[in-house]
Amino acid sequence: MGEDFAAALPANAWNWMAVWRRNYLLWKKSALASILGNLADPMIYLFGLGTGLGMMIGRVEDTSYVAFLAAGMVATSAMTASTFETIYAVFPRMREQRIWEAILCTQLTLGDIVLGELAWAATKAFIAGTTITIVAATLGYAGWSSLLYALPAIALTGFTFASLAMTVTALAPSYHYFVFYQSLFLTPMLFLSGAVFPVTQLSGTFQQVAHFLPLAHSIDLIRPEMLNRPPGRIALHIGALCIYAVLPFFLSMVLLRRRLMR
Amino acid sequence: MSNVAIDLTGVMKSFGNKLVVNGLSLTVASGECFGLLGPNGAGKSTIARMVLGMTRPDAGKITVLGVPVPARSRLARKRIGVVPQFDNLDLEFTVRENLLVFGRYFGMSTRAIKAVIPSLLEFARLESKADARVADLSGGMKRRLTLARALINDPQLLVMDEPTTGLDPHARHLIWERLRFLLARGKTIILTTHFMEEAERLCDRLCVLEHGRNIAEGSPHALIDEHIGCHVIEIFGGNPQELSSLIRPYVQRIEVSGETLFCYAPDPEQVRVQLRGRAGLRLLERPPNLEDVFLRLTGHEMEK
Repeated sequence: MGEDFAAALPANAWNWMAVWRRNYLLWKKSALASILGNLADPMIYLFGLGTGLGMMIGRVEDTSYVAFLAAGMVATSAMTASTFETIYAVFPRMREQRIWEAILCTQLTLGDIVLGELAWAATKAFIAGTTITIVAATLGYAGWSSLLYALPAIALTGFTFASLAMTVTALAPSYHYFVFYQSLFLTPMLFLSGAVFPVTQLSGTFQQVAHFLPLAHSIDLIRPEMLNRPPGRIALHIGALCIYAVLPFFLSMVLLRRRLMR
Repeated sequence: MSNVAIDLTGVMKSFGNKLVVNGLSLTVASGECFGLLGPNGAGKSTIARMVLGMTRPDAGKITVLGVPVPARSRLARKRIGVVPQFDNLDLEFTVRENLLVFGRYFGMSTRAIKAVIPSLLEFARLESKADARVADLSGGMKRRLTLARALINDPQLLVMDEPTTGLDPHARHLIWERLRFLLARGKTIILTTHFMEEAERLCDRLCVLEHGRNIAEGSPHALIDEHIGCHVIEIFGGNPQELSSLIRPYVQRIEVSGETLFCYAPDPEQVRVQLRGRAGLRLLERPPNLEDVFLRLTGHEMEK
């Protein structure tokens, strides 16, 4: 059994790229629509909430509310882009389109496929998060130099949430189940992770919960960088995101093997 | 290099309480076309999946192209081409892009893939469709593209799960012709089918499966000679029970399948004499074929 599981893991460090390139080739056909689609939501939140609430709230943590919100929206857009890719695009590739089935007949392993899909979802998250960072920097809500440090954090955020979503995809019997993940996990996390208001506004228990939320770690990485502030415990945040990326990867491998390779 | 392409020994597989493959042993030699025949649910597709390492046997040993499967099935799959039962082409891509993307799954460089695409398109008779979207192809064209795709890595072995199911006769004959071309070039083919004609035309050897067991094995002609060995008269248009009691003394054996009577008769003329003068009967005398073998062995009616 252990030997079989090992055989399903990624075969080498580059096989996954074939899957990534397949998705990239498809994405190129409608790149503009895809980018705009991923941007619309966070931009509307940023400017709708940012300007509207910003006028009422004034300053938050010694900065304008829009600037505070910008980092939250960057992390959230990365989370949403990679989650949606991994559930709504990967699930049909795995099921009705039978694309995974076709790939499993080649020299690629299940692990290669999963890794390629995760890398692609992280790429889409990277594009979405980076575009918002650039918009924020252009409008003066973030420093240009911070871009350099924020970008790897955005990519890691994308990979982490893709990995978490992959376990959901592996478990879901049908599309209907994805809405639970969105409304019971992602949406509450948005409010508990300091994306739209500081975590310090929460009650003590919820502040404790926030320590365990991947989005909170992502925002804690990205916000100081965008606001040109001294970074906090970088190693802790990166470590937490890595754990949330690696453990679900292996969990989804177990689940997908049970689902696809009976 | 061994001349055994596939070797299964005592393979068992069940899903839940359902035993799907029951102690199956078989050997496919390099360069031959081997058929797995059986009704739906006989375990054909499961065997094909096990050969590819996509399903793990509960017991038994599988070796494919000299490699133990599933433990090292990736090595075997490098040299295998697969035509699955259901088309799983990438519908959002063109014909050419499908081949390009699939070649990359085998680790081929873009340049190497582009070098083989023209010959694959020619093989599949899809030259004029290279830039058409797959979604716009006919069923026969999709199957031919699936076959071309299976050849992109220049495989030694082709695993085909019902390669012509759902095709019209023209499309089916074209696929058969292409498969014979591949066999002539020395490829090994294992195919599952429930079309007797397909098995008879293509297979050097075949085995008949029922409930996951191998109930007969041999060349199509040997199986026909061994299990039937005489002419067949099909009779329809009468009451099968009444007719069968009338002609039973003059035939070796009678099978009733639906409203048709299959009479296995060493001397067909005697049967004709018995039925002379009966209105509304239609008689068809023909040489025996694999379908007769199948009916005899399994007692099931094959799906046509």
